[in-house]
Amino acid sequence: MGKKLLIHNDKVPNIHTLEVYRAHGGYASVEKALKTMTPDQIIDEVKKSGLRGRGGAGFPTGLKWSFLAKPPGVERYLVCNADESEPGTFKDRYLMEVIPHALIEGMITSSYALGAKTSYIYIRGEYFYVARILEAAIKEAYAAGWLGKNILGTDFSHDCYVQVGGGAYICGEETGLLESLEGKRGNPRIKPPFPAVAGLWGCPTVVNNVETIAAVVPIVNEGGEAYAKIGIGKSTGTKLISASGHINKPGTYEIELGIPVEEFIYSDEYCGGIRNGKKMKAVVAGGSSVPILPTELILKTAKGEPRLMTYESLADGGFQTGTMLGSGGFIVMDEDTSIVKNLFTFTRFYHHESCGQCSPCREGTGWMEKILKKFMNGTANESDVELLWDIQSKIEGKTICPLGEAAAWPVAAAIRHFKHEFLEIARNKKFVDVSHYNRLNKVTA
Amino acid sequence: MKVTIDGIEIDVPKGTTILQAARMIGPKVAPPAMCYYTNLKTSGGYCRTCIVKVTKGSTANPTPMPKPVASCRTEVMEGMEVQVYTNPEIVEARKGVVEFLLINHPLDCPVCDQAGECKLQDLGYENGSAKTRFEFKRREYEMIDIGDKIKLHMTRCILCYRCVKVADQITNTRLHGVVHRGDASEISTYIAQVINNDFSGNVIDVCPVGALTDKTFRFKQRVWFSKPVDAHRKCDKCCGKTRVWLKGEEVVRVTARKDEWDEVHEFICNSCRYDHKKKSDWVIEGPSHIARASVISQNHYEHLNELKVEAMKHQKALGFMDIDKRP
Repeated sequence: MGKKLLIHNDKVPNIHTLEVYRAHGGYASVEKALKTMTPDQIIDEVKKSGLRGRGGAGFPTGLKWSFLAKPPGVERYLVCNADESEPGTFKDRYLMEVIPHALIEGMITSSYALGAKTSYIYIRGEYFYVARILEAAIKEAYAAGWLGKNILGTDFSHDCYVQVGGGAYICGEETGLLESLEGKRGNPRIKPPFPAVAGLWGCPTVVNNVETIAAVVPIVNEGGEAYAKIGIGKSTGTKLISASGHINKPGTYEIELGIPVEEFIYSDEYCGGIRNGKKMKAVVAGGSSVPILPTELILKTAKGEPRLMTYESLADGGFQTGTMLGSGGFIVMDEDTSIVKNLFTFTRFYHHESCGQCSPCREGTGWMEKILKKFMNGTANESDVELLWDIQSKIEGKTICPLGEAAAWPVAAAIRHFKHEFLEIARNKKFVDVSHYNRLNKVTA
Repeated sequence: MKVTIDGIEIDVPKGTTILQAARMIGPKVAPPAMCYYTNLKTSGGYCRTCIVKVTKGSTANPTPMPKPVASCRTEVMEGMEVQVYTNPEIVEARKGVVEFLLINHPLDCPVCDQAGECKLQDLGYENGSAKTRFEFKRREYEMIDIGDKIKLHMTRCILCYRCVKVADQITNTRLHGVVHRGDASEISTYIAQVINNDFSGNVIDVCPVGALTDKTFRFKQRVWFSKPVDAHRKCDKCCGKTRVWLKGEEVVRVTARKDEWDEVHEFICNSCRYDHKKKSDWVIEGPSHIARASVISQNHYEHLNELKVEAMKHQKALGFMDIDKRP
């Protein structure tokens, strides 16, 4: 059994209530931080822990915190990004739904470290029921004195609010999130200035993922060095992985970074192997936007070493033969899956979620969807594969925010590793999908 | 601050953007810009036609920037080196952006009122390709009247957000914005409300395409058949300095004055724009400066004397007759 730090208590009955959470050692980090540590000491511990942003980009959290501008007399904010909308990712929902106090505890401790008097949890509209759970937990925390004025008799006061978004993927981008939180249209801002300098209402702001903030709790409790002992190299600590697709046991798992991918897919502790005794075809390792990899490349790197669940090992070989850990949305596909159809679904999503600010993403995502629809209808030509490749290369890296890349990478990877599937449809002028799902539901494309 | 753009060095003040620095050098290195507007704060960064490659960040930190950057929103650093037209990757990427802008734009220039003064036409001509690879139905919208003077045709819009910024920044009330998302985005006046203020007409001038047009001028005259002259009148609302477009003795329309980058610096009021359509209302200063490359410069004799002198030199050299001294 791997060590669990975030969801080790998830099976305890009524862990969502403050009473039970406190009985299992909850809010110890707030006590420890407020009574025995200075804000800089906490930032140092986070730096030592090597914690990296769990939202997808993997930027070192301690470094991000140390970039926060601290002009005198200006408010600072901590914003929790709970707008988890990446297809295939549902780890934050599980954490917030089951142990809401873990997030709130992390928010208080992190806010103390950053000197933020106010913090916001921006949660996506579809998670309205999770927002209610969080709000109930915040109410409990206020009543018990963990939030509000002079927490634990110190001069640190803190308010935490939950803001429900409208359910737009783009508001998961940090500057789009801030715009939305300010009550505007959720269009990402042009950087610089970065939120650490001018974020929410022009004030210095740190935006962190739910899991990142929750991970601050064990770091403060056990110390950064103890946290850094888990994992390999620069991938330290534990990570929540949302496993889905054609596996026997889909769900949210907490893993120690560094376990082999093969173990994660086939061991009974985690995914439990491929459903119905089928063979595995491909894996999307970190949410829909990261490149898809075929079986031989996801289990072993191009050099023949076993691939591990770490930021570095999954990215080994660049995008030619590697992928990314991303947000931890682990989607496994069996041998019956049509990669083209899967890509169509992803591209349709990105087309729908593009904010429409900059032209390559606004026009390009729709164009790619239209071409993929031709593949679905069996009317595509061989030249359409080249065209698709060209369009994605013209979107990637030319947009304001990373949504352009998120839309382009899956297309590029599908063509790179599964070009024969596209060509087969183009040559036969017929799209045949044999997946179990498709036998039940007619193609609606 | 010294900055090198396409191999040409220039000294610019701090806070200048790459685009402005390139414009200071001249049109040869200035990247095209569809959404950036000098006078409108926070404009730019959307269309991506002005993307450039920064091959050297600064003297202090010479690492190149990993991705192409929008030159209109990136400030120069000491010792920065930028490639606009000399980098084949960027030229190709810009071609891609032009293609994206055009895939949902109706190519009905022959019946579009903006033809001749359309920035997208110029952009496509200079940076695009001759054929489209888009084979699907283009996006279409119904035409909308914004008040009795402005026509909005969203089908032609490239979502540069310039008109939104005008409505936001030079007028007091904001009734104008973007609704919906992605390629379904639409410029709209909220709940079909009319833009009803004295400076609303300026959205027509900032629109780079034929999405916002002047209803009092629509289809009356092809722009290249009219003669633009700079004129002024005493106005208590605005500066009163305008460009009056003449057809013989008739004033067909009044617009604000545009500079060589097609940008307005002094916005004009609706009274000047719509209510003074007589030649006697205006004090005419002389022909407006129109770039030689523009189709409007046909029939336009701004440089007539210079041209004549230039032509004479060659003719004399060749031993031809002097046209002004014909018997």
